[in-house]
Amino acid sequence: MTAVTDPFRLRDPARAEKLARTLRRLAPGRTVKLVHVCGTHEAAIAEHGLRSLLPEGVEVYEGPGCPVCVTSTADINVAVKLALEKDVVLCTFGDMLRVPGSELTLEEARAQGADVRVVLSAADAVRIARENPRKEVVFFAVGFETTAPATAAVLLGSPPHNFSVLCSHKLIPPALEALLRENTAVEGFLAPGHVSVIIGADAYRELARKHRIPVVVGGFEPLDVLYAVALLLKQLRDGRAEVENAYPRAVRPEGNPKAKELMGRAFEVVDAVWRGIGTIPTSGLGIREELSRFDARKKFGVEAGVGMEEPPGCRCPEVIMAKAVPTDCPLFGTACTPLSPVGPCMVGAEGACAIWYKYGERPRL
Amino acid sequence: MCLAVPLKVVAVEGNEATVDLGGVRSRARLDLLGEEVKPGDYVLVHTGFAIRRLDPADAEETLKLFDELLSASDDGGD
Amino acid sequence: MRKPLSEEKITALHGAGGELMNRLVAELRELFPLRAAGEVGLDDLDDGASLSLPQGEVVVTTDSHVVKPLSFPGGDIGKLAASGTVNDLAVMGARPVAMTLGLIIEEGFPISELKKFLSSLAEVLREVGAALVTGDTKVMGKGEMDGLVMNTTGIGVAERIIRDSGLRPGDKIIITGPVGDHGMAVLAAREGIPVEGEIKSDVSPIWPLVERALSIGGVTAMKDPTRGGLAAALNEMARKSGVGITVREEEIPVRPEVRGLAELLGISPLNLACEGRAVIGVSPDRAEAVLSALREHPLGRDARIIGEAIPEHRGKVVLETRVGGRRYLEMPLGDPLPRIC
Repeated sequence: MTAVTDPFRLRDPARAEKLARTLRRLAPGRTVKLVHVCGTHEAAIAEHGLRSLLPEGVEVYEGPGCPVCVTSTADINVAVKLALEKDVVLCTFGDMLRVPGSELTLEEARAQGADVRVVLSAADAVRIARENPRKEVVFFAVGFETTAPATAAVLLGSPPHNFSVLCSHKLIPPALEALLRENTAVEGFLAPGHVSVIIGADAYRELARKHRIPVVVGGFEPLDVLYAVALLLKQLRDGRAEVENAYPRAVRPEGNPKAKELMGRAFEVVDAVWRGIGTIPTSGLGIREELSRFDARKKFGVEAGVGMEEPPGCRCPEVIMAKAVPTDCPLFGTACTPLSPVGPCMVGAEGACAIWYKYGERPRL
Repeated sequence: MCLAVPLKVVAVEGNEATVDLGGVRSRARLDLLGEEVKPGDYVLVHTGFAIRRLDPADAEETLKLFDELLSASDDGGD
Repeated sequence: MRKPLSEEKITALHGAGGELMNRLVAELRELFPLRAAGEVGLDDLDDGASLSLPQGEVVVTTDSHVVKPLSFPGGDIGKLAASGTVNDLAVMGARPVAMTLGLIIEEGFPISELKKFLSSLAEVLREVGAALVTGDTKVMGKGEMDGLVMNTTGIGVAERIIRDSGLRPGDKIIITGPVGDHGMAVLAAREGIPVEGEIKSDVSPIWPLVERALSIGGVTAMKDPTRGGLAAALNEMARKSGVGITVREEEIPVRPEVRGLAELLGISPLNLACEGRAVIGVSPDRAEAVLSALREHPLGRDARIIGEAIPEHRGKVVLETRVGGRRYLEMPLGDPLPRIC
């Protein structure tokens, strides 16, 4: 039964228990704040109950690792507007459906008659465009470096004329930089494995050197996560600040050259607004001029309304900056739930607050 | 972020692979891979695109890495 | 020669109480082998039905059934409506005796489809020996609703009522089969998830299975894990019984294809609906005997003891994960959506 989802036997409880013991030995006996920037890491930690296996004092926070949560309200407003006013078929990932813009979510726009469809792949959106030649089909593209190459591939693969992309892709390394500027208490990064499959482990060398901070690239199976945390603790114990790859079965130093090349051909690096953080220089991807006929912003001339501020009491900016955990926020689970989210960390399925709510996560159970 | 799952390739046709999901099958585009993929290989699939070919031997290596750390810390008593 | 429209599709006249409706009803009625459970039944077309019930506590349940798409691998709205109704009776310990059926149909709905769905509904009732005793048909205008809605009321009789609030610390928790099949089958069909090969809904009447468990004795609580799946059922049982529940992830049966697709879509199988399963609380001394009895029935072949009720963590469900971690299994919110991140 586990052959499908655990073909490589990385959920073995005996090894997990041994790793947990090793972690206890490596723990420095004081509070250590480690940050990952990946909703899938947070989901793995919460789903498998890994916080209960971490030693006292070792705290793992989710930084700005949910691309859905950090998608600016302005971009969502554009998507809602396209869907409601421009009569397009708006395709996007299921994650985006319940994320509120200034006024509406895409799910609410759909309830008002907009044609909003959930796709599992950019390629599905292209297929929908081919099947509906008389309709304009817009793919609302969100995600980090893991997801962007697929969007690049469909943009460069001669999509039909009625297809375009509303591009909101973002980049991880500039966000790590921004986080370290804001929060000096962070002592180590658990770098996102699947982003790193594309950009490579070497992409963090500059960051590790400049800020003298340990970076360990980690996978997503329970054992992967525990192992990566162990390597971080070991670096701290030994006073090292290096990039280590704890996910070598998927991550190479140079990443995936073909995917990087496609990204480079389709996109240019731009400044981007992150919900809960603000503008981070050179942290986003825009569609290159040569492909502008597939750029939904240009095609439909729709501009974004300004994003709203987070409401009073919402501690999302601190959660995103790893200064607080979800249960520190007074709104968590009361005024703010996944059904009526207040801040960005509750809106996307991968937001720290949404994950803590869904999996009943506590600092320690 | 980025849900990606290791899936076994059962067939390859042009730039698309058929992958196994425990009996039912799905498809994955191969555009992003620089290397060739054949039936029996594992690929890491994210949003319908394979982003990396995986070698089961590398997974064995991963387990060895874990065990090295475990035995090192057992011996060292640290 | 072309058939008149009224023979192929539902029209406003079918709901108007006139001759056309009578003819349709007479035709549909024939699908049901059991049409009375007392003096006045379906054939009498009277204002109501009467029931002669055996000794015991009478259990009544009502439900409206909407599903998109109306047919899905492993079942359809008819099978779902009948199973949902008799299963609600079953998990209260009641043998299903009779059911009523209200149909709300969109104008233009193909009559052949309607017959197909009613045949599946009739098949379930035949299986459990319950009668369809009275019914109602209404037609709504094109676009005023989506196809077909069924409303059912089920009537059953229990020797001893089983509640979802009866768990005591120490009771074993049994699930009668793999979880999440129905939710995943419907999700895959509805969202057009491109998979080859079928994931089949588990929709089926569970009374035969429940009857076996009851005959052994020791059953303290039961619930059918429908909307919100196993996670919702366990949470409700824990809250209402005032106990904690601990379950072991390793023991919870999930079919490989459901697990595979769930992983790909980022959805937990524990949050997906079942329509042919029961969660059963059993006192520890009878748990193994109940389990063996369940496993003798084809529907219960994969039954497992997945955990137990505990005095701590009152009102909460603690999941012991496969790797040995512990976390709360929370009440799910809304329908799961596929995610990429």
